[in-house]
Parts: sequence; C-alpha cells; structure tokens
Amino acid sequence: MNNPEPRNTDYSKIIDDGLWSNNPALAQILGLCPLLAVSGTVINALALGMATMMVLMASNLTVSVLRLYIPNEIRIPVFVLIIAGFVTIVEHLMHAYLYNLYTVLGIFVPLIVTNCAIIGRAEGFASKHSPLPSIIDGISMGLGFTGVLVTLGVIREILAQGTLFADASIMLGEWATTITLLENYNGFLLAALPPGAFIGLGLLLALKNLIDHNMRKRQRSRIAVETIDGNAEAMISRPD
Amino acid sequence: MKAKVISRSGLLLGLAGVIVIGLVTLVYHFTYDDIERSEYQALLLALNSIIPEDSHDNDIVNDTRDLPANKELGLKKDSLIYRARNNGEIFAAAFPVTAPDGYNGPIKLLLAIDRQGRILGVRVVSHLETPGLGDRIESRRSNWVDQFRGKSIDNPSRDDWKVKKDGGVFDQFTGATITPRIVIKAIHKALMYAEAQPGVFFDE
Repeated sequence: MNNPEPRNTDYSKIIDDGLWSNNPALAQILGLCPLLAVSGTVINALALGMATMMVLMASNLTVSVLRLYIPNEIRIPVFVLIIAGFVTIVEHLMHAYLYNLYTVLGIFVPLIVTNCAIIGRAEGFASKHSPLPSIIDGISMGLGFTGVLVTLGVIREILAQGTLFADASIMLGEWATTITLLENYNGFLLAALPPGAFIGLGLLLALKNLIDHNMRKRQRSRIAVETIDGNAEAMISRPD
Repeated sequence: MKAKVISRSGLLLGLAGVIVIGLVTLVYHFTYDDIERSEYQALLLALNSIIPEDSHDNDIVNDTRDLPANKELGLKKDSLIYRARNNGEIFAAAFPVTAPDGYNGPIKLLLAIDRQGRILGVRVVSHLETPGLGDRIESRRSNWVDQFRGKSIDNPSRDDWKVKKDGGVFDQFTGATITPRIVIKAIHKALMYAEAQPGVFFDE
C-alpha cells in the first residue's frame, strides 16, 4: 500500500500494461459480462467500450485527486460511489444525445458499474498514483478493453451476419453505412449466440498467450549463447 | 478514539454521497429536456412508421387516452393509446400490445388500427428473441411485419390467422416458427378485443 511513488513514471509501461500485458479482458479477465453480451456487433462493442473508457478515465482521475483525503477504511465504498456517479452521468448523456444507442445497449450501460476492471484500476492504480499517470492508465486500460470488445465484435458480426458496422448510423450519424462483406450469407448462428462469444474470447486468449509465448522465447534466444541456441532457434522458426 | 475515527469516516462517506448525488442531479437537470425530446422523437418516429405522417393533422404523441392494464392486449401496466385525427375526427389508434409468451421473454409491439379494424402497421418495440433467427420480426431486419398491413379480423378469415406451417396465411422464418406464431396470436387477440370494445380506442 505505502509504496513511495517512483520519481520517473514509466508511461510506456502503463500504456503497454493497459493495451497488452495486463489487458483488462485478456490478462485480468475482468468485465466479461458486458464483453460477452455486447460484442455481437462492432457498433455495440465500440459504443460500450467507449462508455466504459469514459467512466474509467473519470473515476481514475477523481480517485487519484482525492487519494490523499480518503481514509483507508472507507476507500472502497467511496470508489463505488464515484464510479456509480460517473456511470449514471454517462447513462443520462447517452439517453439524451444517443437515444437509439442507449436503447440498443439497454441494461449494459448501468451495468458498467459492476465492471470489476474499473474498481480494480481505482484500487490497484489510481489510489497510489498521481493524476496524470492515472488518466493515462484509464485511457490505456479503456482502449485495451475496447480493443478486445471490438475485435470480438468484428469476428462475431462477420461470422454471424456477414457484415461490418451494421447500424453504424445510430452511433455515428447518417453518413455511416453498413459494409456487407458476404452477399446472400445465411449466417453462422453460433457466432451470434452467447456460446459464440465464449468461444471467440477463448480463441483470443489463446492467441494472446501464443504471441506472448513466442515473444518470450525470442527474447530468451537472443540472450542465449550461440552453442545451445540450435534447439530454440529451430522451435521459433517452425512455420506454425 | 475509535468512536472518533468511525464518526469521521462516516461523515466523510456521507459527504462523498451528497457530492455525488449533487453531481448526478445536476446532470439529470441539464439533460432532462433533451431526454424528453429524444423520447418524444423516438415515439414519433415509431408512430409515423405505422401511421403515415401526412395522413393526420394532430400531434399524435400528445393526443392520448389512458389504456388500463389489459389481459387481452397482454399489458400488465397502464399505458396509453395514441390517436390520429383528421379535422378533429379520430380515424386511427396506435397502442401497445405485448405477446407475453415469447421464446425468451415478452415481445412488445406497437399496433395501429383504423376505425374499421384494419391494421395500419405493426412495429416491434422490444423483444428478447434469438439474434439471427427470431429477430427478423424487427422491421430493420426484414419486412416480415409489413405483411400485416391492411389485414383485419376477417381478412384473412379467423382460422387463417396462423403461420403457413400451421395451415394459415402468414410467412414464418426458416428455423424460427415460435416467434412468428406468437406475434400473430398476439395481434389476432388484440384485433378481437378491438372489435369487441371499439370504444376503448376511438371514444373521445
């Protein structure tokens, strides 16, 4: 708890943590309820991701600013209050200015409150760091979460409907059009249903682990002495 | 000492609550008009899609009559009937109908009929049907709901208010029969009710 703050904050590490190494969805495996429920289309995924990021930025900033004034014993309820407040504000704003999107996302906007990734960042990062790194952390974590949501949305929408950006106009206005990738496509129903979301997320997790594994191996082989290098080298250069 | 710490924490927590509630209230206050306007626009759009905008000359969203909770229409709560007028004469009414027995939950519809009991249009307001199968009842996914336009209780005959699979005249979707079946049933029931009680919809 009482780690003194390092003098030089390593921003590139914060960004890398949020986007990849400690990604809320792929490494912390948090916030799966909205992740799985709203990733049926790219636009829904993008909208919920952005809303989550807004809340995350605002709550991180507020928690960070107030971190020295909040007594340790009541910090969790105060964090929850702050997060719930921002979620309600985002909900009102969407209700007023993005009405169609609001009706499509429905219960998942208020449910951002229960996204553990947000309180996780408030407790794990913002309560120990100054405002600027906390905002950067909020943005990186938010982008990381949005990225996974959108990736899952792309996969599921293409497989289920053969389109991309269906109903984009409800978020971006009239100029946005749906891209139909597969004409007369009958649809792969599994991708649209919850099991499809789980399978999709599982594949993304596997892909991340595979990439991490290969990167670690490459780093190790770089340090390794040439004589014992043959074996690892052969494994890395394996075509699959 | 402990009591002091506890009361201090309690007060701070209370203060935090008051501040957050204050902020939310402020945002609520500033967005209230825009939320009302958005709701109005959405309702107007839905009503205009089933009762053509140029066919009536009144403010249809605000020309309402109370519709108490009603088993025939599947409504568990009180709601409203929206009426379309021409020169003061009510010629059509739009009202909610709920099919309570949807595949995953209730299917909420908005149904518009004229004084002769003919359907002017149907829109699905909300549903929990399977994406990719049952959701083709939505007007943005397919034109399935458009086949009800012009239909009435005797057209087709009462026995033909079914999907084709059951010997009726209405299309079903491949892979989803339950959803169309219960939407048709709900609409038919609503038409029977409207025939029996026209005053509910068309009295001043």
